[in-house]
Amino acid sequence: MSALPHLKPTVRRRLGNTLSWILAAAVILLIIFATDWAKIQKQFFNPTVAAASWPTILTIALKNTLIYTVSSFILGSALAVLLAVLKLAGGPLGLFASAFIEIFRGIPALLTIFTAAFVIPLAFGFKLPGEGPGAGILALTIVTGAYAAEIVRAGIQAVSPGQSEAARSLGMTSSQTMFWVVLPQALRIVIPPMTNEFVMLLKDTSLLYVAGFTVTQKELTTFGQDAMSEAFNATPIVMVAVAYLVVTLPLTYLVGLLEKKLDPKR
Amino acid sequence: MSNLFPDLESSAPPVVISGLHKSFGSNEVLKGIDLTVTEGEVVCVIGPSGSGKSTLLRCVNMLETPTSGSIRLLGAEMTDPDVEVDQVRTHVGMVFQSFNLFPNMTAIGNCVIAQRQVLKRSKAEAVEIAKKNLELVGLADRMSYHPAKLSGGQQQRVAIARALSMDPKIMLFDEPTAALDPELVGDVLAVMRDLAMAGMTMIVVTHEMLFARDVSDRTIFMDAGVIVEEGPSAELIAAPTERRTQIFLKRVLDPTHIDDSELGETEPD
Repeated sequence: MSALPHLKPTVRRRLGNTLSWILAAAVILLIIFATDWAKIQKQFFNPTVAAASWPTILTIALKNTLIYTVSSFILGSALAVLLAVLKLAGGPLGLFASAFIEIFRGIPALLTIFTAAFVIPLAFGFKLPGEGPGAGILALTIVTGAYAAEIVRAGIQAVSPGQSEAARSLGMTSSQTMFWVVLPQALRIVIPPMTNEFVMLLKDTSLLYVAGFTVTQKELTTFGQDAMSEAFNATPIVMVAVAYLVVTLPLTYLVGLLEKKLDPKR
Repeated sequence: MSNLFPDLESSAPPVVISGLHKSFGSNEVLKGIDLTVTEGEVVCVIGPSGSGKSTLLRCVNMLETPTSGSIRLLGAEMTDPDVEVDQVRTHVGMVFQSFNLFPNMTAIGNCVIAQRQVLKRSKAEAVEIAKKNLELVGLADRMSYHPAKLSGGQQQRVAIARALSMDPKIMLFDEPTAALDPELVGDVLAVMRDLAMAGMTMIVVTHEMLFARDVSDRTIFMDAGVIVEEGPSAELIAAPTERRTQIFLKRVLDPTHIDDSELGETEPD
């Protein structure tokens, strides 16, 4: 300690700041000079491969990803509300809902998709309708339902008990109270976390590659993987990553806005 | 003997409570309450906080389930598990300390929802009745406002209009002015006074001693889970006979003048 001269706090802060900038610049320079940029460009940002891939990414892969995401999200949200209400109501159905939620939150989504696509046909000789996409959407609906059920349950419990008391004191039954008074307020509360859930689901559709797709059924990740193998080049993977970001980044930004907008009691 | 449905034609007193006990865990909040309210009577319940007066009111329409005892409301025994509690509640309005308006609905929406869902009134009829009641509480110009855009006093008057829209036989008020800024209390009390004048059967838990004295027929003083004293409001508030009542009223009516020698073991809050 005594070896160092005494520095004023303002000087110390400025010195620390300068040092961190120098360090960051050093790292960047190292990356720039140590990298074979020609090879990187050829392998990851190849214009010829990009030109060949992008129409298919837009018209098939991204479109399918969005279709799989949106349909699983809509069905999964409906399932989530049902599971949450049943769980809170208790009784045998409540136990069933709790078990359902715990099981599908506890096992990997990949396993659920795999089960819907292959295990069920193998075991029962019964194929789910809609081939790969059908089984995939069903599996993701179940997974989303299980995760979002806990979000919806928390939202229901966040509605002040005074709201239910007021509704009940007006003679409304418990189901009327839930449907007309509690749920509308709970669903408003869960908009930000459900948007997050949508982003998670969008990324989880990449797991659907195990379900097996025909050419026109491919979603982004499957497409990227296959295109990479065909072209022997990583450019499609980079393009697919960008396609994901184009959807997820605005949504993540939107969650921030929604949280600010919905947070103070209206 | 007990009706499973509310009997609106009966000449029996609308509220008959006997031997009512209520415990939360090991904490006994109500220790045997007997109370009869006759038709058109206005009863005020006063007492220190923690005395059980709000719990008593919440037991009346079964927002709290009594531990034992009997509550006969409009002829229906509320503690009977077979009684149609929802149907009885339809005829018993309740106003809460924290208003509990539905924040996602406008003032008129708050007054319409239960009419539509419970009484199955047509939309036109429900809206008409809601408008009439909002006018009654002086909010004709605030009908399409959301609760967040209304003052506390206006919110509480919407809550009263919401309860009145169900055409209740009995109104329960749980410290309706306790959460209000002092200058907004008067508007709410005026609405309640008009309601009392119009012959509504009312049970009012309140700290407004002047309202109790001037508007209610009878005042009940509760402390530590029992009714300590009751009587005609003017008499009870002017000349209480029980020592606990005297101490409480003195502290409430003249909070700056406290004689230490009068502070017994029951400390009013």
